[in-house]
Amino acid sequence: MHLGPILKSSSFRVALLYMALMGTSMVALLGFIHWSTAGYMARQLDATIEAEVQGLAEQYRNSGLVGLVSAVTLRVTRGTDGSGVYLLVGSDRAPLVGNLDRWPAAAPDPEGWIRFDLRGSGARGEEVHAARAKTFRLRGDLHLLVGRDVRDLEATLGLIRAALAWGAGLALALALMGGWLMSAGVLRRIEAITRTSREIMDGDLSRRVPRDGSGDDFDQLADALNRMLDRILALMDRVRQVADNIAHDLRTPLMRLRTRLEGLGAMADPGLQPALETAVADADELLGTFNALLRISRIEAGAHRGDLVPVDLAPLVRDLAELYEPLAADRGQTLRVAATAPLWVRGDRDLLFQALANLVDNAVKYTPPGGRVEVAARLDGEFARVRVSDSGPGIPAELRERVFERFFRADASRSTPGSGLGLSLVQAVAQSLGARIDLVDLDPGLAVTLSIPLAPAGDAAGPGSNL
Amino acid sequence: MRVLLVEDDPQLAAFVLKALGEVGAVADHAGDGREGLFLAAGGGYDVLILDRMLPKLDGLAILRTLRASGDSTPVLILSALGEVEDRVAGLRAGGDDYLVKPFAFSELHARLEALARRRVGEAPTTRLQVADLDMDLLAREVRRGGSLIPLQPREFRLLEYLMRHAGQVVTRTMLLEQVWDYHFDPQTNVIDVHISRLRAKIDKGHEQALLHTVRGAGYVLRP
Repeated sequence: MHLGPILKSSSFRVALLYMALMGTSMVALLGFIHWSTAGYMARQLDATIEAEVQGLAEQYRNSGLVGLVSAVTLRVTRGTDGSGVYLLVGSDRAPLVGNLDRWPAAAPDPEGWIRFDLRGSGARGEEVHAARAKTFRLRGDLHLLVGRDVRDLEATLGLIRAALAWGAGLALALALMGGWLMSAGVLRRIEAITRTSREIMDGDLSRRVPRDGSGDDFDQLADALNRMLDRILALMDRVRQVADNIAHDLRTPLMRLRTRLEGLGAMADPGLQPALETAVADADELLGTFNALLRISRIEAGAHRGDLVPVDLAPLVRDLAELYEPLAADRGQTLRVAATAPLWVRGDRDLLFQALANLVDNAVKYTPPGGRVEVAARLDGEFARVRVSDSGPGIPAELRERVFERFFRADASRSTPGSGLGLSLVQAVAQSLGARIDLVDLDPGLAVTLSIPLAPAGDAAGPGSNL
Repeated sequence: MRVLLVEDDPQLAAFVLKALGEVGAVADHAGDGREGLFLAAGGGYDVLILDRMLPKLDGLAILRTLRASGDSTPVLILSALGEVEDRVAGLRAGGDDYLVKPFAFSELHARLEALARRRVGEAPTTRLQVADLDMDLLAREVRRGGSLIPLQPREFRLLEYLMRHAGQVVTRTMLLEQVWDYHFDPQTNVIDVHISRLRAKIDKGHEQALLHTVRGAGYVLRP
């Protein structure tokens, strides 16, 4: 499975959105955990220092400088756990008492909190610890600093933060992977539906959307689609059956009529001959129209799907030009052909010839004397492009979509000969081959280009058993 | 020409039999596959017309049975199915020609003549002659009254086919199938123009015209 369609799929977008939502809520949750653990510990420390400061300030108020000094000395020597940091300095910042050798250089924040490096005195030799302390000024221009060595606390906080970060990363990775798996699973089902619809659009109406038997909503969708397809197919069959029956049932009496007219021709007196011949020609035209209709239905129904063989378009196009050249010359037109390199496509040789002949026939029919008709076949990437162009009146842009409709005639008066089925057949053939038709106005003139997918590489080597 | 028609549509069969009688052919009729096979196996026919879809035994089954028993009587398959795969199946089963219903009787007749004649003159030939028109198939040269007529390759093939079927009506469809080798339905009579060109080359300046148009049917080359 390629990454491209996954990234584009809506299920992946849903998975991504889900991941974003999950990430946001996780950040909020972890933030709360952080606040309530690490934050609590930091606040606890601050509260302890705060309380000590209060205690010492009270000592100073009650017992004066002597009381304060003895209290600080007591704390330094018999300190709680050896992490206490104390310093009392005079107005010249000279240390009076405490376990710091000098007043830290860092400037305190407005509330008197300060953070500085604690140097030295550790049992493990020369060390630098972080310390947090509160400084305040006492009456008589004395400055007191009360703090704690926060090395252990910061180590604990670091552990908590690292654990939270790893947890968050892992959870997001899991969410992304889960989303991807979910997306791929959903995408596989959707892809199956898309593939089936494409095959159906390509003319294989027997295809049905696969179910996995779990009865989930995709299965229900598949069931609904399949039932719809069955229904459409049944309706189409009925319409086609009716149309075919009409054409078929009218063909037989028409043929008998024709045979009878032909028989009369042999017996009738010579004066009646022209009228009888015209009647036979009329019957032939009707039969031709019915045959063309039935043929288009059969091609559209995909009757040829099974026997597409490799066909080289180059000789076919040359034969076509050779066949029509005298007719064009007869009408004072020049017909040119350009088809050199072999162009192997998969198709039915006779149907391809019929489709291209219809295009050339139209070009010759609508181009005035002195005009030109060109048939060119060339290779263009994955396609064989056959272009039939003329210098005739062209087709107005607003009618171009409609020319493929059955019985459509650009000529509103319907005075030119033709059934109006020629281009419908071209379109049916093009559809059966997965080919595209483009109409381009040349002003003056019209160019019709048939783009037929090339045969797979292995095919071209084949002799092309065109029976 | 002795013809066996195996066709289950009684009206169609009646018309074909009547028309065959009018052109001087002797025709027998079988209304189902089994009877058709029974009559065909009896032999003595110049050509068989087999409908593809028949009660009891289908046309292709009759054809395969006949070919398997070494019977090589020319067979024309008649079918309402006009599409390529059907024609290919018919020809693979051993059929010699294939005609789609509905058809003009003139088309059927022309094809039957061609099939019946094929059986007679199968010997390879290097030279074809109609009146003072002479075709040398080895040198690929055509002369009329001794003077050389230059022909394009396709014109040569067209004339060759007409000369091989001299005296028989050949239809436009037969020419498209045999000379151009495409089974298709031209919307315009493209063949007519090719015939006019050929006619200009072989008949122009000669007292006697050889290439004739048979109205409503096709063309015939005859003195």
